[in-house]
Amino acid sequence: MTELTKPQPTTIYIKPSKGLAALNLRDLWVYRELVFFMVWRDVKVKYKQTLLGMAWAVIQPVMTMLVFTFLFDRVAKLPTDGIPYPVFAFTALLPWGLFVTALNQGSRSLVAHNNMVTKIYFPRLILPMSSVFAGLVDFAIAFVILVILMFYYQVTPAWNLFWTLPLFLLLAIVTALGVALWLSAINVQYRDVNQALPFLTQFWLFATPVAYSSSVISEKWQILYSLNPMAGVVNGFRWALLGTGNGPDTTLWVSVGISILIFITGLFYFRSMEKTFADTI
Amino acid sequence: MTIAISVNNLGKQYKIGAAETKFRYNMLRDVIVDTVSAPIRLAKAIIGKSDRRLNQNFVWALKDVSFDLEEGKVLGIVGRNGAGKSTLLKILSRVTEPTTGTVSVRGRVGSLLEVGTGFHPELTGRENIYMNGAILGMKRNEIDKKFDEMVEFSEVGQFIDTPVKRYSSGMYLRLAFAVAAHLEPEILVVDEVLAVGDAEFQRKCLGKMNDVAQQGRTVLFVSHNMSAILRLTQEAIVLNKGQLLKRAPTPEAVDFYLSSGQAESGERVWDVEDVPAASAPFRPVAIRIKERGGKVVDTVRSTEPVTIEWEYQLDLPVTGLRVGMYLNTMRGEHVFTAFDTDDAKQFEQFGTRQAGRYVSRCEIPADFFNEGRYYLGVNASSFGVKRYFMDENAISFNVDISGAPGTQWPEIRQGPIRPRLNWKIEKID
Repeated sequence: MTELTKPQPTTIYIKPSKGLAALNLRDLWVYRELVFFMVWRDVKVKYKQTLLGMAWAVIQPVMTMLVFTFLFDRVAKLPTDGIPYPVFAFTALLPWGLFVTALNQGSRSLVAHNNMVTKIYFPRLILPMSSVFAGLVDFAIAFVILVILMFYYQVTPAWNLFWTLPLFLLLAIVTALGVALWLSAINVQYRDVNQALPFLTQFWLFATPVAYSSSVISEKWQILYSLNPMAGVVNGFRWALLGTGNGPDTTLWVSVGISILIFITGLFYFRSMEKTFADTI
Repeated sequence: MTIAISVNNLGKQYKIGAAETKFRYNMLRDVIVDTVSAPIRLAKAIIGKSDRRLNQNFVWALKDVSFDLEEGKVLGIVGRNGAGKSTLLKILSRVTEPTTGTVSVRGRVGSLLEVGTGFHPELTGRENIYMNGAILGMKRNEIDKKFDEMVEFSEVGQFIDTPVKRYSSGMYLRLAFAVAAHLEPEILVVDEVLAVGDAEFQRKCLGKMNDVAQQGRTVLFVSHNMSAILRLTQEAIVLNKGQLLKRAPTPEAVDFYLSSGQAESGERVWDVEDVPAASAPFRPVAIRIKERGGKVVDTVRSTEPVTIEWEYQLDLPVTGLRVGMYLNTMRGEHVFTAFDTDDAKQFEQFGTRQAGRYVSRCEIPADFFNEGRYYLGVNASSFGVKRYFMDENAISFNVDISGAPGTQWPEIRQGPIRPRLNWKIEKID
């Protein structure tokens, strides 16, 4: 090993960060491999020492779908815009499952990795980020089930789904990451977040048109309803895959706006709290 | 010569004393009021308008510290517990941010503290090497290149594809150390006080540090062990209460440190300003470690009894007081807890202690300690009423085991105690 081949060491300046800290995206880029490794580790470890392994990624949404079908289709007979209920529910359960995993894992990520936070430097953003990305693997597996269901019930999707679906997936990720940034940073100091997460997820599920169609909400409440960005995501998934609803309209843009607002404020809140993480965790 | 580390007017402030509010509840009413107002408090705290901030105390763990270190130099850092040594290292490795001042660091900073950070028990040795390497800031091709070397160094060879939860603790530590040791940072910081692991492992750390220094890289070395500081460093700085008191060639700095009375000298004296107001009416004065002859010592012999003496002042009569200690090893293992009124009769006799100056003294019998450094924490409280004073790290001392049982064999004995047991050997057939 010759010293000549080594790049000159870069000088790092350490000083107290003031006001709204710069986002320091360059560091995030330098540490991009760590994001990959963290996601890879989460996926690898998640189903270790389970009998059914990756099958859990299928069983969980399918069981939920079956329960929903029994309760809301057979018993309550909710309208589904002419789509067979299992497909109708499963289309929504895909982004919802991704969101819930990302929200729960992401919000706990800093506290769960406190030994890393108190011992070494790395951009702390990596922790909630990789928790959110790790959910994508389960999403991909469950997506295959959806395709099978659609074949079985002979639901033909619209062809523009190839560009609309990724955009709605992105919206789901941005929303989940935004909320996870807020909650993970608060969780460092106030573990109340741990207690609040289970019912927060539950309330959020009721406020999102997963089990029912958003067309049951009366016209005058639609805008208020769309303040929940996940409503926009779920309606978008249904529109892109099943062709229900109106497609992009005012309510969607409200959802997108709220989602971006949560994400940007979350990013700045996280960054401004980041300097105290190692001291307070 | 290029400057590797440049520290300018560095300061770090910590909040303390937020825990006091916990002892306030005497009445159910308080609990209810507190619970009802909790959501408002949480919301206020999140937007940063916490009213709690008013009764918080701040301490400067570091204040106005400035120094430059040239590339390739080995700098020792000495100072008693709480002098700011670890805080300084934490700022240099960017774990925590300074409150004031700046530091510029040329190159990657590695510390042997990071050993095993991010290891996951379910992953195999191979997977953990990649994971841990990435966490320490290595690129994947860098890990690929050093992989074989690391495996060889760790001596876990054939188990490299076994989940590390099946490893023995020794194998685990060796693998973790192998990754950290191959990081090849431009600057290495070593905090011996916090280093985990057995004596063998610590020797390995020091050996590695020496290698790094030989290769002309910059090293910062924190230790309570003056002989290690003298052996491994040419220059040292002395920290006291967060301030840099002296920078000099190591022998001079160590001499200054030992003679200025702040060293771990077997005695700890509390100045009036060191004692928080909340501990009134209890006021600690001094704690001393004494050998059989009554001399205050830093190193005791395990074959002789040791006396521990705590002097304190009571400004008012106190009921139900118990004054005592926690004993821990350097690795943080708890050895025992004991109070001066553990004996029920003694507790009755001293039910209420009048105001005045007291000494609580106890003797730890001979043939008790094993080799190493022990930390003594102190506590003065009335059970279920109030904890007046506590310092988990009041003083530390070394134990020398010459003549202790089993020392005829030059081997390391595990465990914090080394009793002389009454062995009988009988021939029964």
